[in-house]
This record gives sequence, structure tokens and C-alpha cells, in this order.
Amino acid sequence: MQSFTYQRAESAEQAAAAVATRPNARFISGGTNLLDLMKLEIERPAHLVDISRLPLDRIEETDEGGLRIGAQVRNSDLAADPQVRSRYPMLAQALLAGASGQIRNKASTAGNLLQRTRCPYFYDRNMPCNKREQGSGCAALQGFNRMHAVLGASQACIAVHPSDMAVAMSGLDARIETISPERKTRTIPIGDLHRLPDTMPDMETVLDHGEMIAAVTLPPPPPGRQIYRKVRDRASYAFALVSVAAIVEKSGGRIRSARIAMGGVAPKPWRATAAEQRLTGATASDAAFTDAAEAALAGAVGHGGNDFKIPLAKRTVRHTLAAAVERA
Amino acid sequence: MNETKPGLPADSTGSATHSRVKPRPDAGLIGRPIDRVDGPLKVTGRATYAYEHTLDGIAYGYILGAAIAKGRIAEIDTAEAEKAPGVFLVMTHRNAPAQPDFGAAVTPTVPEVFTRARPALNSDRVRYYDEPIALVVAQTFEAARAAAGLIRVRYDEEPGRYDFRTRIADAYAPKRTNAGLQTDSLIGSLESASAAAPVKIDATYRTPFEHHNPMEPHATLASWSGNELTIHTSAQTLANFRAGVASTLGIAPERVRIVSPFVGGGFGCKLIAHADTILAALAAQALQRPVKIAFTRQQMFANAGHRAEMIQQVRLGADNDGRLAGISHDVWSATSSFEEYCEQTAAFTRSLYAAPNRTTRHRLVPLDVNRGEWMRSPGEAPGMLAFECAMDELAERVGLDPIELRIRNEPAQDPERGVPFSTRNLVACMEEGARRFGWQRRDPTPGRTLEGRKLIGRGMAAAIRPNYIGAATARVAIDRNGQVTARLDMTDIGTGTYTILTQIAAENLGLPIASVKVELGDSRFPRTAGSGGSWGAASAGSALYNACDALKQRILEAARSSEASPLRGAMATETGFADGEVRVGQRSASLADLIRRIAPDGFEAEGSVAAGATTASYKAYSQHSYGAHFAEVEVDCDTSEIRMRRMLAVMAAGRILNAKTARSQILGGMAWGIGAALMEETVLDPRYGHFVNHDLAEYHVPVNGDIAEMEVVFLEEQDDKANPLGAKGLGELGVCGAGAAVANAVYNATGVRVREFPITLDKVLPALPLIAI
Ligand SMILES: Cc1cc2nc3c(=O)[nH]c(=O)nc-3n(C[C@H](O)[C@H](O)[C@H](O)COP(=O)(O)OP(=O)(O)OC[C@H]3O[C@@H](n4cnc5c(N)ncnc54)[C@H](O)[C@@H]3O)c2cc1C
Ligand code: SF4
Repeated sequence: MQSFTYQRAESAEQAAAAVATRPNARFISGGTNLLDLMKLEIERPAHLVDISRLPLDRIEETDEGGLRIGAQVRNSDLAADPQVRSRYPMLAQALLAGASGQIRNKASTAGNLLQRTRCPYFYDRNMPCNKREQGSGCAALQGFNRMHAVLGASQACIAVHPSDMAVAMSGLDARIETISPERKTRTIPIGDLHRLPDTMPDMETVLDHGEMIAAVTLPPPPPGRQIYRKVRDRASYAFALVSVAAIVEKSGGRIRSARIAMGGVAPKPWRATAAEQRLTGATASDAAFTDAAEAALAGAVGHGGNDFKIPLAKRTVRHTLAAAVERA
Repeated sequence: MNETKPGLPADSTGSATHSRVKPRPDAGLIGRPIDRVDGPLKVTGRATYAYEHTLDGIAYGYILGAAIAKGRIAEIDTAEAEKAPGVFLVMTHRNAPAQPDFGAAVTPTVPEVFTRARPALNSDRVRYYDEPIALVVAQTFEAARAAAGLIRVRYDEEPGRYDFRTRIADAYAPKRTNAGLQTDSLIGSLESASAAAPVKIDATYRTPFEHHNPMEPHATLASWSGNELTIHTSAQTLANFRAGVASTLGIAPERVRIVSPFVGGGFGCKLIAHADTILAALAAQALQRPVKIAFTRQQMFANAGHRAEMIQQVRLGADNDGRLAGISHDVWSATSSFEEYCEQTAAFTRSLYAAPNRTTRHRLVPLDVNRGEWMRSPGEAPGMLAFECAMDELAERVGLDPIELRIRNEPAQDPERGVPFSTRNLVACMEEGARRFGWQRRDPTPGRTLEGRKLIGRGMAAAIRPNYIGAATARVAIDRNGQVTARLDMTDIGTGTYTILTQIAAENLGLPIASVKVELGDSRFPRTAGSGGSWGAASAGSALYNACDALKQRILEAARSSEASPLRGAMATETGFADGEVRVGQRSASLADLIRRIAPDGFEAEGSVAAGATTASYKAYSQHSYGAHFAEVEVDCDTSEIRMRRMLAVMAAGRILNAKTARSQILGGMAWGIGAALMEETVLDPRYGHFVNHDLAEYHVPVNGDIAEMEVVFLEEQDDKANPLGAKGLGELGVCGAGAAVANAVYNATGVRVREFPITLDKVLPALPLIAI
């Protein structure tokens, strides 16, 4: 870890300005991801702006009947919130399926969205990695890529975004509110927050340097039953091999609307819009779920070690849809 | 990690344990499930671990590891690091003190493996990825680590050998296996036996690289006082550490003191000194101040040993009734190119089942990796994982219950040594386990039991583990207040050694627990074999038992002859120490009072045991602990995620010294069995020669959620051939066969036989049919 200077932010505007004016400054919140990366010198900030004590830790109802979640709300608090549990149960399920109790007590909402990939080559400075060092190559492409992406990846990088929370938020059409120096604010749909790697895997989001996430807003929950299903190598404390967030609204024997987001398969939380469209109006049946699962994984490519994710994701989509319908 | 699921009453599994261990007629403290005597220290943070020791003027070291796995350091530029704030010293091969060369690459004999010099920063050669190439010592850990990042290195890289599976043709036979056992064994003729056998199994299994991962990483605080070196570290075996450090530094062992009162887990990777210890000693000498070094979790993977990847071929030939005509177990294991380590993976096969024709073989395939080390039941852990699955395959083939198959192949005496067993209660373990587990309810046809969308399966496996006794001495003293202190250089690596030794001394001397204090973990105390190979309790325990006998002898002699003794002249031969009193015939006296009167300075005595392998009893009897594991799993029919439902172990391991700590040992072993069967694997990248998943987020060990309900039952047993206590090795028995029981349950659930461990869901999924929704 390299030496750095540290400042405790007094306000959101001041924090944004403090980072914006220093090219090598970073926000630090819970630090559960950033500190690990700093210890290994994957990230080498010269200045840290601590935003963890800013009063962005409230969960409030919005005028439209949704929720506004402050950037500093801890993962464990968000999961325990009565509104979240009753109206956005798949978000609570996703949060509780992530990391460990200790980490969730520290991890912030914004930090969770912006956590970096767990690709083991990214974590080892002696290995080629385009995300860490543009142009050095991708060690995972021909290497140990069991955890890697089957959708949305490129020849430059096949890393996945590891968050569970973000997958549920993607299914809930969350919006990200940011603040930049001079109180400039904007709202970004969650689907536009993360970029696909293409030829520049080090550019992970559309946020500008110094642009700080202030809150995440959730529109009122869509009708239908919500389920978050995480498939992993051990019962707890493991990143998703594949995860599926599904909301299915049924009327009679037919599906009125459906939403499907997937984790563990792509460089960002992956909305399966084509699959959603195919389900709309279809009879709730094994055939329809199977068809949707095929559509959700259309165009998926394995890289050897992760080939199994394609059938696994299909099977997980199928049975999660079925479970949502069954409980609906 | 070894706890039962929350919500389950803590004694719902323990009660079973206790009901079987009936108090002996001379019931005392041995065997009782008393709480750990060091428990309060541990839960209040007052048990001091290696990195927590402090001294004035400590400097902190940070090790920089090689970025390549094979080649030379062409250039190493430390100028910037040396100038960095707070840095006292940067040590590389250019300025490190001279050390002996690393010796020959053969599997050393048992003493040599522990005593040989293992120099660090000794040459410009890089032998494995992340091998230490520099040490930075600074005012703080952070300053040392930051400065290490400023060192620039240029390597001349050489092609290395990293891919075990494509290099099997390089295999050769080592001179011996670990523990000095013979490499091969051959009885009868397997070829003719197999040719004639109507039923044949020929199955090849693969077990991966694995890492010990104790919670406490290797750490050392080294300090010199003149020519005397004191090392606070985390060690399982102090005498080994001492000898290894002394020969690496080229000094007499008497000048080295090793202190290791508490150890945060070892699992076999703390039997020898590693680079943290050697470099701390060298740097402390160079700087003339104490130096502290710990491995980071990532550094543990390359620098603190591992279990090597193996391929095992098991061939069984049987008649239609399941009686074995031939057994063959062939093992190919990866090893280091510069120091062999040949795990005795097929050695247990020599004792487990009867068959007239039998062969075992061990072969090594050299790779450019660090040496393997003794890991959680070396030999049996990977060996039984394969072999006990093959037995399951045979049971299905001949249409026999797996327990019945094993009973039919139960030998009357050790099938290769031809000597009787000291005790062998394998059949009793299996039968008791079957009864308790509800084994008869298992459907032998796999893939048929569906509950909701979970496939349910049950499996079992046998457990066997040799009983080792290491030479050990203990010293015990009683003071004028009747307080007893026992001292030995034994260690408690979390197993409960402090507690059982306290019980042994207290019972033998007829005193309450509170009157006995056990001090461990200091090489100034009498030498033992330390903790490893499950020999600790029986070896150190027997030595202490004998020391207490010797102490009683001294007390009795003085009591009979001393002027001041209330027992003076008591000549009856019938004597006893109980309830704090000494009895001679009809006369008795309070022990404390007696000592005060006759020996104001107290008494001291020593007792020993000899290494098991040298004793007549060891030569005359085949000595092992036995057990049977049962497992029930559920497999998600959509995702093929495998989760444990329950496990049961029935164990026969001689006299149980403490029913509670013994149970904890077995539970821990069972958890490791789950790990080996379902999740543990370190991936060696064949392009770069490094372990890819080198932290605890990516290297999966079982967590609480993976454990489910566990029950441990001990059958009452007393092995009077083993040692004066009648106890046998226990700790590792919990691992032996546990993984195979899980694997066999997965097969029973799914009908998919995965022979490549760990059984992760991707290996089951392709064969799992879709079930209609
Ligand atoms: C062992 C382990 C297992 C884990 N398992 C899981 C898992 O199963 N599922 C899962 O989803 N997650 C998992 N995690 C990840 C965990 O959820 C994240 O580390 C955590 O959510 C990050 O939050 P933080 O507040 O600590 O972020 P930090 O580490 O403080 O920050 C992360 C990044 O976000 C930036 N940042 C933080 N706040 C803001 C803001 N307001 N505006 C702009 N930028 C900001 C920081 O600059 C930094 O780049 C695991 C982590 C560990 C260590
Ligand atoms: S997948 Fe991405 S993060 Fe991983 S090595 Fe390749 S470029 Fe780096």
C-alpha cells in the first residue's frame, strides 16, 4: 500500500470537489473493496476522501411512492428495512445473499454498486490484465475463467460485475442520483451506470472523476412476485456463479409482465429484456419459461472454464420464473 | 465453523457422545467433557499469539515475492526502497548472511526432513512463484510494505514445469514416502487375481492442490540477546523448528529458544520453520533489534506448503459375493523439483481390507512449485477419498450394501504385516452408525429420492488412521501448597491439549483440576513430538502420565521415610492418590499437608515414552484408530448445488481423554471432509506456475452454512497395546473417509459419479436431467 493523504468530507459538494480537483483521489466509504485493492496496490490513490460519515444514510419514501436510498445506507440496514422487506423483497434477498454479516455492516449502497470485479488475475499485479493495465493483455481469456462472463464481454476483458444488490436493483429499474462539483446533479438509469468493456475495460462506469453517488431511487415496485435466486459454490459467503432476479405478474393462466435480471454472467447487472418480452402475454408454462431462458442467454459465449454457466443460467432462469409464478 | 446449526440445542449431538463413553470403574477426570482450561483466555483475547508478542524497539518486516516461477534475478534495484521513510534494511540475496545450500531434492528421512537447512534469500535463483526475493524491514509494517512496492526487479525467466496432468510420463519412484514408509508394496499377483475375478472396478480419481489455511498465518518475532536467539512463533513442533532454524543459521540448537504457547491452527503447515522465521532471525541479527514478520494470506499459498495434486487409480477384483481377490492402489502425485514430498496416499490400503493379492505404489511428478507439506491427515485424506468411493462403486456393481461389502472383506489380522490388530472396531462402528443414521432407509438405487426439487442421497465410508507415538518427555512438579505444574514443549494448536494434559495429571495425582497448571510451548521445557499426525495427545499424555507416576513414587518414598511425615513407617504396598489425599494401606494424609511437612521445596519428576515404531508392542500389533462416516446431502435438481443435510461419525479410537474436545476434533475433521469433497481446490495456472485463487474469498473452505447437523459417537475402547493411557490418535480420524461419505451420498442422490474432486456443481450439472416444472 502506498502512502496517501486522508480527508473527512464535511458535505457532499465538498467531497465531490475534493476528488474532482485531484486526479489521483478516491472516495472511500465502507472501504471493504477499496482497502483490499490498495493493500495489493491494484489501486494506488494519493488522496482519500472519506464520505462514510456524510448524512446520506436515510431511506425515505418518494412522492411517486417509491424509495430513495442514501448512498451511505449500509447493506445490512437496507436489507433490514421494513419497506424494503415488504415491498422490494428481492432486494433484501439479494443483499442478504451477498458477502458476510460483517462486510454487510460496513458496505455502503454506492460502494456496492461500484465494487470492482473479483477476477483473480486483476488481483495479482504480476499477471497481464487490461483492466488494471490497459494493453497488457487478459490473463483470464485463456486461463482460469470459471467465474467469468458469458454475456457482454469482449476479447479485452471477460470479467463479471460481482454485486448481488445491483442485480436486484436492475430488475427494479433503479435510478442513480449523483452530485458533481458546483452542485451539478444528474440521474442515471441503473442500466446505463456500468459500461461494457469493449476495448477499454478500465472504464467501468459513466461517472466522471469526482462525480459522487448521492442516492439510489426505486420506483414503486412493479406488480408481481419477486424472487432473487443466487447459485453459488458454497451455502454462504461466495460470489454468484449465476444469479437471477425475477418479477412475474400473472393473471389467470397468463403472464402479464415479467422482469428478469441476471448476475454472475456479465460485466454489469444484465437485464434480459428479450426474454421479458417473450413472456409478456404467454401462458405460464414450462415451455414459456424454457423459451424465456433460451432468449435470456441468446448470444452467450463461454471461454472454457465458464461454459457451464450457460446451461446453469438457463436452468436458473427457468426454475426462478416457475417459482415466482407458483408463489404469485 | 464446527458448531452445529443455530437453533439446535448445543447438546443435542453431544448427548450421544457422552452416553457411549461410560465412566471407567476408577472414574476420574480423564474422559470427562470438561471445558477448555484455556478457553477464558482465548475468548477474552488474553491468549497471546505469535504476532501479538511485543518487545521494545520492534522493527517490522515485509517479504517481497518473485513475480515468476522459474528463472534468475538478473537485476534487483532496491535504491528507492532503501530511501523510503522508516526503512531500516532491505535484504536480498546480495546482502543476506551466508546460509548453507539447500540440500538434495530427495525425500529426506524422518529426522532430516525436520532438521535440514531451508535457507531464504540465499541465491539469485527463483524456484517457485512468490518465493521470497527481498525483505524490507522498517519502523512499521505499513512502511515496510510500501517500500517493498518500490523494489524493481528484472528476471531472466526460464520455461518451467507446471502442468501435472501432461507430465505424468515424467513420473518416478521416490526412495520412500512421507513418514519413512515404503514406496511400493506387493503381495501375491494382482494380474492373475484380476484376470480371474468376475467383478472388476478400475477407477481413476483426481484430487487437486489444496492449502491448509489455518486462521492464524505464519508469523515470527525474533530477538537476539548476545548469541542467544528467541523466536516467538506459531509452531506445532518446537523441536523441529529449533533444529531447522539452528541448521539454517549455522548455530547450535541450544542457542535457539522457540516460544509458541498458542497456535491459531496448524493442520500440518507449522511442523517446520518457514521463511518468516528464518528472515526474522537474520534481520534481527543484522539490525540488533527485534524483528517481526508475518506472511500475508496470499503469501501463505506459495510459501507455507500445500497438498499436491494427485491422480489415483484404484483397481478392485472381487467374486460375485463381493469378496476381494485383488486390491491395487496407484498414486501419482505432483512434487517440488527441489525437495520431494511424497504423501503416503496408498499406505492405509495396506491395512484396511482383506485380499490375497495386493499392490500399492507411489510415483512423483516433479514441478516447479514449492514443496508440499503434511496436510490434515496426510495419506488417508486424499487416499480414502478415492479408495472409499471405489468401494462404493464395487458395492453397487455386486449389488451389496456398502457396509455388508466391507464386513465381507474384514481381515482377521493386518493383511500385509501379518500381525494381529491391537484393537479394531471398524465393523462395530459401521453397524452402530447404520442403526443411528437410519441407514436401512436409504434407497440403494441412485437418483430416485426427490423431496420437492431436491434430490436426496446418503453415503458412507470407513475411516482408518495409524496410531503414531512420538518420543516425549514431561516434567511435573508439586510445590508446598500442593499446586502441580507440568511442563513440556508440547503445543496446543486449538485441539485441547492444555485441557487433556490437565485432566491426566489431575486424575493421576488425585487432585482437582484447579490444582494443576500445564505450561506448554517453550523449547526450554522437556522435548516432545509436538502436535501432528494425531500423535500429540497420546505421546505427550503418556509422558505426563509416567511423569506423574514417577512423582508419586518420590512422594511415597519420602512419606515413608521422612521424620516429619505423618505416614512415616507405613509399609503397606497398597497405595493411592485420591481426593487430595495420599493413602498407604489404612493410613492417609492430605497431600498438600504432607508436602509442606516433608518437602518445603516441593518435588519434581520426569517421565517419558519412546517412539512407537521402536517398541515391541508396535512391532507385534497393527495399531490404528477406526471409524465410520455417514452423510446425507441434497442436490438441487435445477442448479445441482450440493448442500449437506446431516453427518454422523462413529469412532473407535482407544480411550477418549475428554469427550468434548475429542468431539470437537472429529467435527473439525468432518468439516474438512466436506471441504475436500465439495469445494477445496487451489488452481495452479499452467502458464505462469502460480496459484490463482490465493485468498479466502476464492479458496473455499466450508462455512457455517455448509455444515448442517453433525453427530459424533465414540465407541468405548481401551487400547492397552498402544500406551499406558489406552488412548490412540484421534484428531485426523475425523477427516479420513469423511469426504468419501459425502461423495458417495452425492452419487446416491444423483446417479452421477464425479471422480474429479472437488465435486463442484458444474461437474454434476451436465448429467442431471431436467425435471418437469
Ligand atoms: C470476501 C468478500 C466477499 C464478498 N461477497 C460479496 C457477494 O457475495 N456479493 C456482493 O454483492 N458483494 C460481495 N462483496 C463485496 C461487497 O459487497 C463490497 O465490498 C461492498 O459492497 C463495497 O462497499 P463499500 O462501501 O465498502 O465500498 P468501498 O470499498 O468504500 O468503495 C468501493 C468503490 O466505490 C467508490 N465509492 C464508494 N462510495 C461512492 C460514492 N458515494 N460515490 C462514488 N463512488 C463511491 C469508491 O471510491 C471505491 O472505488 C464481498 C466482499 C468481500 C471482501
Ligand atoms: S478478465 Fe478483465 S479483469 Fe480479468 S484478467 Fe482479463 S482483463 Fe483483467
